[in-house]
Amino acid sequence: MNFAVLDSLYKEVILEHQKDPRNFGHLDNPDFQKEGFNPLCGDRVTIDLKLDETKEKVSQCRFHGEGCSICMASASMMAEEIEGLQVVDIKKLIQDFRDLMQGKKSPEELEGDIVALSGVKNFPVRIKCALLSWVTLKDALEHSDGTTRTE
Amino acid sequence: MKFNVSKVREDFPILSTQVRDQPLVYLDSAATSQKPQFVLDVMNEAYQQYHANVHRGAYWLSQVSTEKYEGVREKVAKFIGVKNTKEIIFTRGTTESINIVCSSWGQENIQEGDDIVITRMEHHSNFVPWQQLAKEKKANLKIIEINQDYKLDLESVQKAFSGNPKVFAFTMMSNVLGTLNPVMELTKMAKDKGAMVLIDAAQSVSQMPISIDELGPVDFIAFSAHKMCGPTGVGVLWGKEALLNQMKPYQFGGDMISRVQDHQTSWNELPWKFEAGTPNFVGVIGMGAAIDYLQSIGMDQIHQYEQKLIDYTVNEMLNVSGLKLIGPKSPHNRGTAFSFTLEGIHPHDLATFLDVKGISIRAGHHCAMPLMDKLQIVATTRASLLFYNTKEEVDLLIQSLNEAKKYFLGGQK
Repeated sequence: MNFAVLDSLYKEVILEHQKDPRNFGHLDNPDFQKEGFNPLCGDRVTIDLKLDETKEKVSQCRFHGEGCSICMASASMMAEEIEGLQVVDIKKLIQDFRDLMQGKKSPEELEGDIVALSGVKNFPVRIKCALLSWVTLKDALEHSDGTTRTE
Repeated sequence: MKFNVSKVREDFPILSTQVRDQPLVYLDSAATSQKPQFVLDVMNEAYQQYHANVHRGAYWLSQVSTEKYEGVREKVAKFIGVKNTKEIIFTRGTTESINIVCSSWGQENIQEGDDIVITRMEHHSNFVPWQQLAKEKKANLKIIEINQDYKLDLESVQKAFSGNPKVFAFTMMSNVLGTLNPVMELTKMAKDKGAMVLIDAAQSVSQMPISIDELGPVDFIAFSAHKMCGPTGVGVLWGKEALLNQMKPYQFGGDMISRVQDHQTSWNELPWKFEAGTPNFVGVIGMGAAIDYLQSIGMDQIHQYEQKLIDYTVNEMLNVSGLKLIGPKSPHNRGTAFSFTLEGIHPHDLATFLDVKGISIRAGHHCAMPLMDKLQIVATTRASLLFYNTKEEVDLLIQSLNEAKKYFLGGQK
């Protein structure tokens, strides 16, 4: 069988993040906490954020939840990636990641582990899995009410 | 005639196609079944040779169309073992059939404090309408729980019927667990307490002969054409004539009227009272063709063959280490839906893995969130078979599950 197409989705680094998720857990007294839910498959993540004293930089990010390997790896990579970044840069990164998923940006235009998720765009039904933590993060930063839903 | 699965497969054009460069292995018939060429041909013929609106024209074409449409009522009646074609109402599907009963019968008959009884294993289509009716009427929604064997819990059944049950709506076969419910016994219990009984036959209709005589004194049966090799967008509500006569129309419009005046309207007689607007008559004709097709093979033959597939699949699945069957482990009194979890692999990842191998399989909550919550599972993978599936396809599934374990879990297993 053609494992190549499967390997383009499940890159080594993705499976590795899934098995050993970074920044997994909760924060005490987070500045923002947001839950995201994918009604299609039941995947659920909660994002906890702490800002530094300037209130313009994310000092800590934790995620918690249950989901498929794409969903969990994406959340893990995101949580690791955004710590120490300015909020304004995070918002740009969220858009960049969305563009990567939709094929509007090429993997070369992004950096870090998240590039490994570029293969998801070949499996359109799985894009929501990869995006769940990111849209939840966006809502957290924009102070939206309620649970974030991917549809 | 002896059942020959290779011959049957030739009737379904899609079964010889490829997906992702692999031969299609379609294991999602509980979601929707595939269609034989015969059904497609009959619908094509309806569009090409006698397409005209029903019940309206005085011309030849409309007369033929009307005869074909109305003729399906008799086919459906025979298929479920009833005689009175006035009791056969064509709907959009199971969901609409249940909504008609909820909206029309329910609005008139359910009062504050009444008990509405359903089960834990209902599909959303037989759950949410009753839940909303209960809310609106301040009635009690009583949910019969399941036991460790994924069957209805007897104690819970008795508890549910101990009060003042007005309705008992339940599925003949769970689309998630595959459990077949003892319709006759349950119906008798509900009727003894004076409850109205509705059967959701969406999952079972393609798998076994349905005979009202064997189901007991049920009041309503709902099912869809698309799960029995017919087209989407069509279904049936069967109800007892006396009950249907008491019920108010569900929707208003053309066809369901007898006389319309400026300030009042009288209703058409059964079954048209419940068929407002131009019906999906080509769909209904397609459903008639599906019934003809199933009967040409023989429902008993289908049932026997599927029972062999069930025996085989249960046995094979239970041999896969790490696989947990979310449904009865006994091959008896169960249908062809097999939900399971595979330790360490999320159903979505598994479904993608199988998809790459050409195996179409469902992953998720299967439109039964209250059941999944109770089982404390986020999602399962579900293989669901029909008489056009083969042992070889089951073998390929099992082999692929073992490959998936190697792929995702490496040497851990």
